[in-house]
Amino acid sequence: MTDATASREAAGALPPGSALPDAPLNQGGGIRAGEDRVARAMRRRGDESRFWWLVPTLYIVFLLLPIYWLINMSFKTNQEIIGGMTLFPHEPTLRNYRIIFSDPSWYWGYLNSITYVLINMVVSVAVALPAAYAFSRYRFLGDKHLFFWLLTNRMAPPAVFALPFFQLYSAFGLIDTHIAVALAHCLFNVPLAVWILEGFMSGVPKEIDETAYIDGYSFPRFFVKIFMPLIASGIGVAAFFCFMFSWVELLLARTLTTVNAKPIAAVMTRTVSASGMDWGLLAAAGVLTLIPGALVIWFVRNYIAKGFALGRV
Amino acid sequence: MEKSWNNRAWFLVLPVLVLVAFSAVVPLMTVVNYAFQDTFGNNEFFWAGTEWFEQVLDSSRFWEAMARNLAFSAIILLIEVPLGILIALNMPKSGWGVPVCLVLMALPLLIPWNVVGTIWQVFGRSDIGLLGYTLNQLGVDYNYTRDTTDAWATVIVMDVWHWTSLVVLLCYAGLVSIPDAYYQAAKIDGASRWAVFRFIQLPKMNRVLLIAVLLRFMDSFMIYTEPFVVTGGGPGNATTFLSIDLVKMALGQFDLGPAAAMSLVYFLIILLLSWVFYTVMTNVGVERSNQSGGH
Repeated sequence: MTDATASREAAGALPPGSALPDAPLNQGGGIRAGEDRVARAMRRRGDESRFWWLVPTLYIVFLLLPIYWLINMSFKTNQEIIGGMTLFPHEPTLRNYRIIFSDPSWYWGYLNSITYVLINMVVSVAVALPAAYAFSRYRFLGDKHLFFWLLTNRMAPPAVFALPFFQLYSAFGLIDTHIAVALAHCLFNVPLAVWILEGFMSGVPKEIDETAYIDGYSFPRFFVKIFMPLIASGIGVAAFFCFMFSWVELLLARTLTTVNAKPIAAVMTRTVSASGMDWGLLAAAGVLTLIPGALVIWFVRNYIAKGFALGRV
Repeated sequence: MEKSWNNRAWFLVLPVLVLVAFSAVVPLMTVVNYAFQDTFGNNEFFWAGTEWFEQVLDSSRFWEAMARNLAFSAIILLIEVPLGILIALNMPKSGWGVPVCLVLMALPLLIPWNVVGTIWQVFGRSDIGLLGYTLNQLGVDYNYTRDTTDAWATVIVMDVWHWTSLVVLLCYAGLVSIPDAYYQAAKIDGASRWAVFRFIQLPKMNRVLLIAVLLRFMDSFMIYTEPFVVTGGGPGNATTFLSIDLVKMALGQFDLGPAAAMSLVYFLIILLLSWVFYTVMTNVGVERSNQSGGH
């Protein structure tokens, strides 16, 4: 890890060779001996220890082990899975994936999920954009109450809404459509998008708006031509988070669908049959649900904390 | 930023208002309806007053689920917050390690919740799962479908696996916002590592940490899918949390009145917590604008 040592010095903007020595650091006046022990136990970026990287490494190993196990199982035959403990597939097979890609009821699960997730993403961001602009630029009657009310919907337990949603969408004949799930997920995604976008928009100086209006831009033209490019990363992050929370949610998606719009996560339960569990197939289906998230995460890696903090870090 | 007073901004908010009203207010009215009425079928309803609320608040079932849920939230907070801080403090500071760590750590956050459940259900099985098999080989009698302690341990480790990264990411975001000048000043003053953490890093992480704690508390307070997939709320009722109990009551037994009353009580608690969260969040905004104003 010499590489890491070098990069650490560079990051600290310290002159070369001025790595913090151990002794003066522990001479802080008035710090009790007990705290000093804690201090020594706490390694910050290897200033005292060369093994700081062990912590994130061990954590990542802990994160990846169960995922590895799922991937491992997805390439095994059921005989091998049940037959004994093998750390990697001895007779690798693509049978499980072949079943998923050749059976419409399986691959339609993925298409259904992606369809309602995309509808939800577009609707949420589209309605959230003007609202977030209003919240970031203007004060109006009841603005704070409205902002708070939106937040309560992000925090509402889906379990509370499962039954009333079912009855509401039944009344409109929307059960088992992609629209129903997309609208239901708007419950928590629209507030999320408004909060995230508001956070990004507040970072854009108001003078830009005023200059544009003086230059004769109308509001819609200003918004699309000037403002949206300025907060493009914010729109991307909001879209990503809508995608994510719609993708991971199952309770509402399952309640509102029966056959035609059934999400993949619900289709997975079919692997339980009279002849026992088809573990390999279940694992393969699970692995395929990891891919969309893993692909898009790279693009938002620097903003992901901001997104989880609803645009406020 | 100075905001100007303009009531026409309402037009910009209108689409959101209509959409969220449709997906939140209308369903909530249905819940309120059921909570105060009773039926003998045939779609005939009559006023039941507070009968359902009394029934729910008197039932030990509700309070037990509540106690389990609070215990669960407390345990995962006690584990995830210190662990998250520890990992964030030891994150690489620059170079290729940063994006690699961020992406790998965020991975569990993007897995559908029932797949998270499935992963741990498989991982913990003593016949085909690495964890369960290893533990049993080591002589630990581990079986999460039969033993209450094992079920709890599994559900908690699963949640730590699933959500600690959220705390890490938020703390990390707080840490990288600390200017290097702070560390250099601390060095000149001869501050100990503990002092650096206590007086520089922790105050800077304060807000994000508070956000992390509130988010984790609220999300764990309404957890449903993951424990449901792993344990189904069992063994017995050992891991039946509020949401699991509520869904069982509403969609399983179709006890609409009590389920609706319980929903409202549940929702009021969430509302209270949201208010705390909102106060914290808006204060963060104020502090942020003060900081940028000062520079």
